[in-house]
Amino acid sequence: MSELTLRPRETPQLPAVDLSTTLAGVRFPNPVFTASGCAAAGQELDQFFDVTAIGGVVTKSIMLAARSGRATPRMAETPSGMLNSIGLQGPGIEAFLDKDLSWLAGRGARAVVSIAGGSVEDYAKLAMKLRGRPGLSMVEVNISCPNVEDRGQVFACDPAAAAAVVSAVRRNTDKGVPVFAKLSPDVTDIALIARSVVDAGADGLSVINTLLGMAIDTTTMRPVLGGVTGGLSGPAIRPIAVRCVWQCHAALPDVPILGMGGIRTGLDALEFLLAGASAVSVGTTVFGDPTAPVRVLHELAHALAERGIDRLSDIVGLAHQPAQKYVPQDPDPVGDDLPEES
Amino acid sequence: MPVQVQGEVLSIRKVGAYNAMTVVAPGIAELTKPGHFVALQVGGPESSMLLRRAFAIYDVKERGVYGGTVEFVFSVHGKGTAWLATRRPQDKVDVVGPLGKPFRLPTQPVNATLVGGGYGSAPLLPLANALRERGSRVDFVLGAGSADRLFGTLDAKRIGSSLSVTTDDGSAGERGRVSDVLPDVLDRTRADVVYACGPMAMLRAVHDLAAARGIPSQVAVEESMACGVGVCMTCVLPVVGDDGISRMVRSCVEGPVFLGERVRWDDVGTVPEDVLGAPVSTGGGH
Repeated sequence: MSELTLRPRETPQLPAVDLSTTLAGVRFPNPVFTASGCAAAGQELDQFFDVTAIGGVVTKSIMLAARSGRATPRMAETPSGMLNSIGLQGPGIEAFLDKDLSWLAGRGARAVVSIAGGSVEDYAKLAMKLRGRPGLSMVEVNISCPNVEDRGQVFACDPAAAAAVVSAVRRNTDKGVPVFAKLSPDVTDIALIARSVVDAGADGLSVINTLLGMAIDTTTMRPVLGGVTGGLSGPAIRPIAVRCVWQCHAALPDVPILGMGGIRTGLDALEFLLAGASAVSVGTTVFGDPTAPVRVLHELAHALAERGIDRLSDIVGLAHQPAQKYVPQDPDPVGDDLPEES
Repeated sequence: MPVQVQGEVLSIRKVGAYNAMTVVAPGIAELTKPGHFVALQVGGPESSMLLRRAFAIYDVKERGVYGGTVEFVFSVHGKGTAWLATRRPQDKVDVVGPLGKPFRLPTQPVNATLVGGGYGSAPLLPLANALRERGSRVDFVLGAGSADRLFGTLDAKRIGSSLSVTTDDGSAGERGRVSDVLPDVLDRTRADVVYACGPMAMLRAVHDLAAARGIPSQVAVEESMACGVGVCMTCVLPVVGDDGISRMVRSCVEGPVFLGERVRWDDVGTVPEDVLGAPVSTGGGH
């Protein structure tokens, strides 16, 4: 019984690894962020861990006006995942700025504000509203929410539409505040969309949003979700997410990527960094473990230390390099004598 | 403020068709009030079940032999609760709590009727104790499908001034629903307030009967939740706010206890057109 302990609220001591990461010129002390739609605007999770201890808080996508979202049931648990059909419920940008962003700024958290709209004009207006706001570190453009009534309006499925949105946001966003486009995996060639948004001015990519999915209740013999279809997230989609990060990094090696999709442990986070992400978001895992972001950060730091990696930035995209360049023929099990990248 | 605790199972016992589990969970008992709930991880560290299971708190002991304990009652109706039912003393469970808004207690002694459906009676028993400590009269109406799905009738008999029992199949008490006997209880005890916990249809019936008599009710709802802490937005229902505006509110943080008069009973499970931010039904927009 003596092992019973309260989970510490303070971040435990991290090993001596330089965890800092730079996303389009903005430096973050470490690479673990929350994921949009899985952390509200940080206040609830701040009860469980210090939200200033992680890289940043990515807020739930905010729209111009208040939005009720979809009918319940909004959630179905699936093997190693879940479907959600929330439908972008939120208070609207004005209430968000007053209550949520100001709280994050006052708390000293690094806020990544996710925005969503129904038209290019909506996105442009949202970007303008965010100009000059203290606490804003980045803007994430959600062009890929699957929970919209009109699937034709998922901008991320069309390179031209995606580019138009991103270009409007970039034009209306403060210099020095990176704009990241959040991509959908539900496309034939994600690298094509990635190129298109980068050409339109995106400073980086958030990869990936949920996949469109569905579940049917075999007792009622009807769809489980009120919204019929929903977004699939959780570890079930992690291999897809890793593949998408890999493809985007291969196509655009100089474009920073915020990777996400089913990250549950520090080793999962490491997998994304090796695929080419410079930072990661921990999303669905938070629902089952509200302290997951700091736990993942801690586990990642130890995983890097165990592999003799002093600097996180050295291993971003490492899996794209030929194996022999970095991994000894017969790796020392202690793993503390790996050659350092010059 | 809720805490996340690596707890340890102290005991698990069968109570009719249900399971009652007591977990050593330091830091939770001290903060718990009647109506609060806990949310547990299920399936172990490699579980394919990612979401927490939420249970109303039945009993707490602030200073057990091993530290504060929390007891809750559950029914097996899926893989997650089946896993929970196979836990044994000293097994570890990850617990978050106390969560939600508890029942509000009257400042003056009142006549309170407590209505529970199935194991929805669990949070009403500590509530009854709290009401009695404040000099209130407590009467119970407990109902279930069958006798083995009643919970807490012995406790209710001990704490309450009266106990009425109904079962759908007549295997205990009167055959029928709690709503069949509730009017008599409300009238006979001159009830000032009604507290209820159980399935949504029962809560609605209880609210309607109380409201028809001008009696305020507080209801603890059971909406399915993914996180229990306010971040997932899945457990919403339409509720009228203090400002008269209806919103889709999270039952985990704004509830699970709501004033009966504020719940949009006709619209639960839908997004009524007049809630804040409801879609405009003219087509095109989303």
